[in-house]
Amino acid sequence: MKPLNKVVVETPPSGIRRFFDVASRMQNVVSLGVGEPDFATPWRIRESAIYALERGYTTYTSNAGLLTLRKAIVQNIEDRYGVSYDPETECIVTVGVSEGLDIAVRALLNPGDEVIYHEPSYVSYDPTIRFAGGAAIAVQTTAADGFRVSAAALEAAVTPRTKALFLSSPCNPTGAVQQRGDLEAIVEVAVRNDLYLIVDEVYDRLTYQGVHTCMASIPGARSRTILLNGFSKAYAMTGWRLGYVCAPSEVTEQMLKIHQYTMLCAPHVAQYAAIEALQNGEADVRGMVTDYDRRRRFFVRGLEAMGLRCHAPDGAFYAFPSIASTGMTAEAFAEELLQEERVAVVPGTAFGAGGEGHVRCSYATSLAQLDEALRRIRSFLGRRNLLPGESDGRPAEVQP
Amino acid sequence: MTAILDILEQDSHATPDRIAALTGLPEDVVRQQIDEWEKSGVICRYKTVIDWERAGFEPVHAFIDVSVAPERGSGFDEVAARISRFPEVRSVFLISGGHDLRVIVRGADMKQVANFVSERLATLERVTGTQTHFLLKRYKEDGDVFFEVEADHRLMVTP
Repeated sequence: MKPLNKVVVETPPSGIRRFFDVASRMQNVVSLGVGEPDFATPWRIRESAIYALERGYTTYTSNAGLLTLRKAIVQNIEDRYGVSYDPETECIVTVGVSEGLDIAVRALLNPGDEVIYHEPSYVSYDPTIRFAGGAAIAVQTTAADGFRVSAAALEAAVTPRTKALFLSSPCNPTGAVQQRGDLEAIVEVAVRNDLYLIVDEVYDRLTYQGVHTCMASIPGARSRTILLNGFSKAYAMTGWRLGYVCAPSEVTEQMLKIHQYTMLCAPHVAQYAAIEALQNGEADVRGMVTDYDRRRRFFVRGLEAMGLRCHAPDGAFYAFPSIASTGMTAEAFAEELLQEERVAVVPGTAFGAGGEGHVRCSYATSLAQLDEALRRIRSFLGRRNLLPGESDGRPAEVQP
Repeated sequence: MTAILDILEQDSHATPDRIAALTGLPEDVVRQQIDEWEKSGVICRYKTVIDWERAGFEPVHAFIDVSVAPERGSGFDEVAARISRFPEVRSVFLISGGHDLRVIVRGADMKQVANFVSERLATLERVTGTQTHFLLKRYKEDGDVFFEVEADHRLMVTP
């Protein structure tokens, strides 16, 4: 047979997949490996979807999505961040942020165009850019900088082929939240080099320390920003596959063509449910955010207490502790922790080479499970003499 | 500070240390605040939610709507207080609508509850009528759900 697509064939499968395969064959696993809320979608939203089904809202919608929903989306952005978009021409309802990113890079890139993004970050960014014919250029962020992205680092990676800067904040897996000053400097880089800004703000509502700044709200940014967001995280609606993109109409016009020829529209029932989420879901969001915030403090303190240094994760629902003190690689740590203690975490390297020395722990799980996970991690470290006050300061040999 | 109450309302076992970890407040501040609330009566007492049926007991509950001729000077308060003193009475509310008081009674069996209503409650001076509704099945009470909760359908590891 003739060879398949080179770019796809050469892309390794997600590093997370392997852990999933191992963990799901085990019993009694406490999983901190789940990248989605542990809440089911709030009942009022589900109930709204049931109503939509009963009423027969089972057809296609317009390509860009229900106008009522688009109006609610842009209103929400305006209320929250003071940026206005025209719901008719500047907003498309997508099948998750993933589709939003896909059609954004496909609309923007010619073969070989470069997009600069940051690592460690969500596993899809690099492949999505490359599948669109672009070159994904990673800039590393570090624990020393709280995993925030510096404008200088981005600018140093700019070449004549650079088309766009990509940024996700709050960031999965690091929990880092870009500050307003960081964003202003990044916008200056974009303006100076005439670059688009693609931003994934799907965790915007899950910001605990400080406030989330919407990229498009920075002066000079709106006309070059493609804003991606969705319902998965704030409203615990991952399985509904619903996101949206807001951008200047010259861009959305091209994106919409890809969306209409490949996706037609986002699921009708999910769109209907999303209207309820935006109109009446605020109290539910606040309740979930309060809960995540408590678990965040509890869990980070627990990790720190056993000597696993953890920069404060200001957003999302992940702790990204350093495991450097153990002398183990992220992969080995995750592997042995799973085998010995049945706790699933994801090695930082699954999110880019810069994730070495860290593991991602999702605290979107019950307090009882977090308690148990901390207990097991403590016993894992204790067996290796790695608990504070019990070790001689040198990384212990890994016991067979 | 209301976070402390919120956490204790969900879990009366939560220690000051744990509450401090969850809220980011210093532990001694949490301890002191709880102390104050216990003294001032904001925290009335700590109790446990029990599914008695699961424990093998089947107490009978009844909701009794009571019509009362109010008293000059004290309105419904005096009668309500008299009813509240019976140990089998779990709750007493003054409500709007067709009746005046809603009383929740718990007894070992139906006969015991029926006797209480006919001999104790209905015979009280100023009680002009009662309507008794026996509880058949409890689905949710005070925010606690008593049917099968939804399982976690998430995959073990996801990006």
